[in-house]
Amino acid sequence: MALYSEKVMDHFRNPRNVGVIEDANGVGEVGNLKCGDIMKMYLKIEDDIISDVKFETFGCGSAIASSSMATELIKGQPVEKARELTNQAVAEALDGLPDYKMHCSVLAEEAIIAALDDYEKKSSVSDLSDK
Amino acid sequence: MIYADNAATTKMSDAALNVMIQTAKENWGNPSSLYTHGQRAKEIVEKAREDIAGIIGADRSEITFTSGGSESDNQAILTAAMLGEAKGKKHIISDTFEHHAVLHTLSALEKKGFEVTLLDVHENGIIDPAELEAAIREDTCLVTIMFANNEIGTIQPIKQLGQICRAHGVIFHTDAVQAVGHVHINVNEYNIDMMSASAHKFNGPKGAGFLYAKKGIGLSSLIEGGSQEKGKRAGTENVPAIAAMAAALKENADKTDERSAIVTKMRDRLIEGLLAIPHSVLNGDAKSRLPGNANLCFEGIEGESLLLLLDDKGIAASSGSACTSGSLDPSHVLLAIGRAHDVAHGSLRLTINEETSEKDIEYIIESVTEVVERLRSFSPVWRDLITGKRQFVL
Ligand SMILES: Cc1ncc(COP(=O)(O)O)c(C=O)c1O
Ligand SMILES: [Zn+2]
Repeated sequence: MALYSEKVMDHFRNPRNVGVIEDANGVGEVGNLKCGDIMKMYLKIEDDIISDVKFETFGCGSAIASSSMATELIKGQPVEKARELTNQAVAEALDGLPDYKMHCSVLAEEAIIAALDDYEKKSSVSDLSDK
Repeated sequence: MIYADNAATTKMSDAALNVMIQTAKENWGNPSSLYTHGQRAKEIVEKAREDIAGIIGADRSEITFTSGGSESDNQAILTAAMLGEAKGKKHIISDTFEHHAVLHTLSALEKKGFEVTLLDVHENGIIDPAELEAAIREDTCLVTIMFANNEIGTIQPIKQLGQICRAHGVIFHTDAVQAVGHVHINVNEYNIDMMSASAHKFNGPKGAGFLYAKKGIGLSSLIEGGSQEKGKRAGTENVPAIAAMAAALKENADKTDERSAIVTKMRDRLIEGLLAIPHSVLNGDAKSRLPGNANLCFEGIEGESLLLLLDDKGIAASSGSACTSGSLDPSHVLLAIGRAHDVAHGSLRLTINEETSEKDIEYIIESVTEVVERLRSFSPVWRDLITGKRQFVL
């Protein structure tokens, strides 16, 4: 039996939305080098819709595939909807992950939340400066 | 497939495989039975014992067959602990990068009141004999230090370490699982009192190994039952595996020098080729290491994804990254030689043998270079390194 599902391997070998968005208005980085997985999410949000998303990941196959799948799941979605993304949804979309690899999909969820928080912080600051 | 994970396990040699099949087919009797069919199986076991003893310079009465390296390590350590405890000696010396078969056995003893000192293995992965001597106390009952490390392949100055133990009257055990069958070992010359070995690391079958214990060291048994192995290891002998282990060791012992020369040359080319990758480092001493072992760290990438992409290219290797083991910490061996966590996650162990070709070596170098570059291209850690937000360690 292979370690990972075909879907995981597909997203690992050909990750979707890899890279950076230079003019991103929401950026989130989670994880740490001690545990060995780090994810960085870049969001371009226009009219409360995630018009573009890119990621960079230092990590295992499961971490890379989870980041890739997570970006696919939120691309084109309203911010509200993206906030509801769970790691279970990411894992399910990947046809499952080994138990001891679930923590890698948690990072994908956290990276998106961190990027959305960053966006909201920035936009509330600009709201204030508008006044 | 290019198999470059011989430290994990080896392919059985034809000689060993043939003996195993033939023994299972023809000599399936129980060695404890008195009739001819059983006694023939017994002869096979005893012949294997004699052959193995001869290769390591021991007497046949000093060889006990076990299920492999882990069992041998456990039995050796518990034996010395029991002997020590009887004399009120409850201090054991080992080192920080032993195999878990040793380290976990020592932790279990600590819970029973033993005190354990772990020697530093330094950045080159080699123990300083003077530090061993300084650590020995009145109540030290055992020194257990591996012959060669399973991850980084470094070979310890066993002869000197053994000599120090002799001088202080302390039992010296060595986990030689990675060394037996790959380097010459004579237990007397090396001052070894107990030694663990495992057949599957030297082209023999899995689930078979032996423990050498010098005359006068009464082994404690881990498994009680029948009187096999002079009552030190109960259970009907795995006759085909024991015979195959002896056949494998014999063949390897005959070819040690020849193989070592060929493999060392390829290993050095492999290391040289991989060190050309920017921000990489060799783990462990460049010279005092097993002929087939190359272990490097590459900054800015993680080991499991490296292994998966190498697997796609038909290369079987291993890594000490946390995510390959399912724990959150990278290899205790890499941490022991002082590698930072972030660098330790990006490790790659390639363990080649004489079946590896020079063409394979070039292909491995090319593939690893390409894969490391690819993973770095979307690593946020690498981006921080090259943009100066994070300092390079390597
Ligand atoms: C140094 C060392 N000791 C002990 C063992 C355990 O051997 P076995 O798998 O035969 O129990 C291994 C194998 O991984 C090893 O490399
Ligand atoms: Zn992971």
